[in-house]
Amino acid sequence: MAYSDKVIDHYENPRNVGGFDKNDPSIATGMVGAPACGDVMKLQLKIDKNGVIEDAKFKTYGCGSAIASSSLVTEWVKGKTIEEAVTIKNTDIAEELALPPVKIHCSILAEDAIKAAVEDYKSRHQA
Amino acid sequence: MNYFELFNIDVGFDLDLAQLSADYQKLQKVSHPDRFATASDKQKLIAVQQSAQLNDAYSTLKSPLPRAEYLLSLKGIDLNHEKTTMQDNLFLMQQMEWREQLEDIKHAQDIDALESLDEEMQTQIRLHLQRVKDWLATDCSQSHHSAADEVRKLKFLYKLRDEIAHLEEKLSND
Repeated sequence: MAYSDKVIDHYENPRNVGGFDKNDPSIATGMVGAPACGDVMKLQLKIDKNGVIEDAKFKTYGCGSAIASSSLVTEWVKGKTIEEAVTIKNTDIAEELALPPVKIHCSILAEDAIKAAVEDYKSRHQA
Repeated sequence: MNYFELFNIDVGFDLDLAQLSADYQKLQKVSHPDRFATASDKQKLIAVQQSAQLNDAYSTLKSPLPRAEYLLSLKGIDLNHEKTTMQDNLFLMQQMEWREQLEDIKHAQDIDALESLDEEMQTQIRLHLQRVKDWLATDCSQSHHSAADEVRKLKFLYKLRDEIAHLEEKLSND
């Protein structure tokens, strides 16, 4: 199966690979996995006092599409508020990367990683 | 006819692998397309179909993970096509750690460390398979879903095991 140029670009030059200290209060961590293929994705967001995402990093163990999907969302979420970030839909990711139907679950993984990270942030900042 | 019925065995997770293999050989001979060389086209077609179904049934039942997945599909849980993500934090964190370990081992080309990671995976797989077996022993929807959760976890473990085997092969060839 052929990967699109955008997938290959993100796969060969992934943006924002790595992680932040998960104990830092400004860091939100989202962990998700896709049982169908065994892919694991960790997305971390650095969020300022106003709920704006300053920075994002990811670590993904999986296929090219899963890596490209997570790399893409780290670019997309930067500068967005957490409310805006959770409106990113897997269909937007799949469309941008031209993912074939069998790889749609990779974009779902990336969407759910954003949601999981925001949930993590909210659960730790309920004052 | 489901795969268990094809082999004339009870539907369940526990089965006699030696018996399954022996029955497979026997059934395979009966439906082998070569036996139908002089038969009509229709009979040939049926023989080919039966032989293919028998192969599918055998490869599904002989390995515990596909067998468990197949059993759950008979109970109405289709794990193969599900797109829902798993969000069990502790489990995923551990998966991440093991994958990072494997990366380190790859860079260090540390065969001993690879072997001990492989042993740990085998232990984990045995543990989760035992839980699948325990849950499948009770025929109710709640225990089916618990068994499905264990099967989902096993898919991550088997994936890692495959990667370990792949690296093992690579390191021993270098």
